[in-house]
Amino acid sequence: MISRSVSTLLLLAGATLILLPFLWMLSLSLKPQDEIFASTIALFPSRLEWGNYVKAFTETNIPLFLWNGFVVVAGILFFQLLFSIPCAFALAQRNFRLRTVVFGLVLAALLVPFHVTAIPIFLGLAAVNLLDSYAALILPFIPTAFGIFLFRQFFAQMPTELFDAARVDGLSETAVVWRIAFPLALPAATAFAIFSVTAHWNDLFWPLIATTSPEIATPPRGILYFRDQESGDDVGPLMAGAVIITAPLVLAFLFAQRKFLQGLAAGGLKG
Amino acid sequence: MNAIPTLELGDVTRRFGEQTVLDSISLAIPPGSFTSLLGASGCGKSTTLRIMAGLDRPTAGAVRLEGQEVSALTAHERNIAMVFQSYALYPHLTVAQNIALPLTMKSLSAFGRLPLLGTLIPGTAAARKEIQTKVSAAAEMLGLSHLLDRKPGTLSGGQKQRVALGRALVRDPVLFLLDEPLSNLDARLRVQMRAELVALHRRTGKPFVYVTHDQAEAMAMSDQVIVMIKGSIAQAGTPRELYERPTSLAVAEFVGTHAINLITPQQGAGEILSSAARAILGVRPEHVVPAPHGSFIAKLRSVEYLGSEIVLTLCTEQGVELKSIAPGTFEPPLQGDSVRLSFDPTCTHLFHPETGARIGAPECRS
Repeated sequence: MISRSVSTLLLLAGATLILLPFLWMLSLSLKPQDEIFASTIALFPSRLEWGNYVKAFTETNIPLFLWNGFVVVAGILFFQLLFSIPCAFALAQRNFRLRTVVFGLVLAALLVPFHVTAIPIFLGLAAVNLLDSYAALILPFIPTAFGIFLFRQFFAQMPTELFDAARVDGLSETAVVWRIAFPLALPAATAFAIFSVTAHWNDLFWPLIATTSPEIATPPRGILYFRDQESGDDVGPLMAGAVIITAPLVLAFLFAQRKFLQGLAAGGLKG
Repeated sequence: MNAIPTLELGDVTRRFGEQTVLDSISLAIPPGSFTSLLGASGCGKSTTLRIMAGLDRPTAGAVRLEGQEVSALTAHERNIAMVFQSYALYPHLTVAQNIALPLTMKSLSAFGRLPLLGTLIPGTAAARKEIQTKVSAAAEMLGLSHLLDRKPGTLSGGQKQRVALGRALVRDPVLFLLDEPLSNLDARLRVQMRAELVALHRRTGKPFVYVTHDQAEAMAMSDQVIVMIKGSIAQAGTPRELYERPTSLAVAEFVGTHAINLITPQQGAGEILSSAARAILGVRPEHVVPAPHGSFIAKLRSVEYLGSEIVLTLCTEQGVELKSIAPGTFEPPLQGDSVRLSFDPTCTHLFHPETGARIGAPECRS
């Protein structure tokens, strides 16, 4: 009983520490301008100032940033799945020369952080004139060693007879991948999608390097413009913007909490 | 019969690296036949089946399907159905969808298979209706009608086996391949499914190739048994031929419910049967019976009473262990007593002591 309440207390303390900045953000986004810089600290605003949100939505490019974020994240995920699933299937369930070598290369690629390859990729994109476009934001992330590895491990556990049965039943190799292997790999795909979407929605590093036009800025990149140019010290709308940008992921997590945890477990990756 | 065999393997060899798994296999599956590939595990029988199905390619040799060379065709280009030992049902599809999948792949175009768009393609609705009719017919034949909406995970072993059979039946293939389909079932169900398989074979009229390591299964169901030993065909023939005229010692040891008695020349084979003086003598236990005027004597070691028959374990004067099967009504003497035994010389087999090949012996006609 005592140990239980102690651990609950510790959890609460930890949660408060992590949540405090978010709560402060939420609080500021709902405060009127004069209360934000008041000398006393008040967590709750005296009255709810929705004007910050109206301003964020109407006088800034936040809707556009959200749309850009959606396009980039969906584009990355779609092409990642399109290529990594057949690759992983071939690595797990087909015999070909140099298979182990190829898998070794995939594992080696897992060890290389993106920041190492960022400059060559930047130069490559510059050479083919693709910088500052959706393509520049999507292309570099399509080859995913992590995705190939995750799906390969998943497919390797599946019985080969299942795929042989499908081949005998008249499915071509492509049909085997998409009609049999992919539906069975949905738990792994969910886990992968969560990692991919979170990482690329929140990514600031690469959009900062590869794009300059505000028209294709993703949310984290966009909010920088917002701070620099449009609002200056207009903290209320800035915080409202931050809330709006964080919201999709938080809501998605709350609604799909069970799937999220299942996905983590299925991927064998405990966070 | 001079008809073209449904499937023919000509000198098929399969090597995995250095290891030769199949060594120049030649066999023919006549139309409408029930052929068993019989052998211990690792003898290459499953590899043979996979080569027939197109799941594996021979290193050398020809695979002819209805007279056409098909060894370059992949599995989905041959119209062959296969039932797997693990059933290999698609866990994410219902029973009905599992059975329908081969038909869906055959009769609907890639666009027609799409969930919503498909209905817009002309002919799709008619094709879907036909698939449904065929699926329900197959399900009815196998007694699965009430399970069509279930997922495979909720079915028992026997039910899964039936679904796997249904998936094979529904598409009207030229040949059925069955890879130890009964080995995961319990003993009673196995005997029941055995009879159902034979009935199914009759009803379809299509040739079946059945892989098994259980000689009783092979003998009971087939009209052709191919015994494979270490990647080669040891003997092919009717069950009766295998039992009555095994061409080698290895086949004689493999076939038969009770292991055959073998007596080498050093152990006094010549004293028991004069023609066996320089050969290994093989006599099946069921052909050695206690008889008051039997030609030789052995000491009784132990008795197994099985109801319909009694298995006697005996020891000859030279110390060779023998098995004998007496009718269930036989009153065995006490252990350690001497028993006179007789056998029909025409029911014996002689094998070359070194090569194990059969040497001319009178054919058993009992």
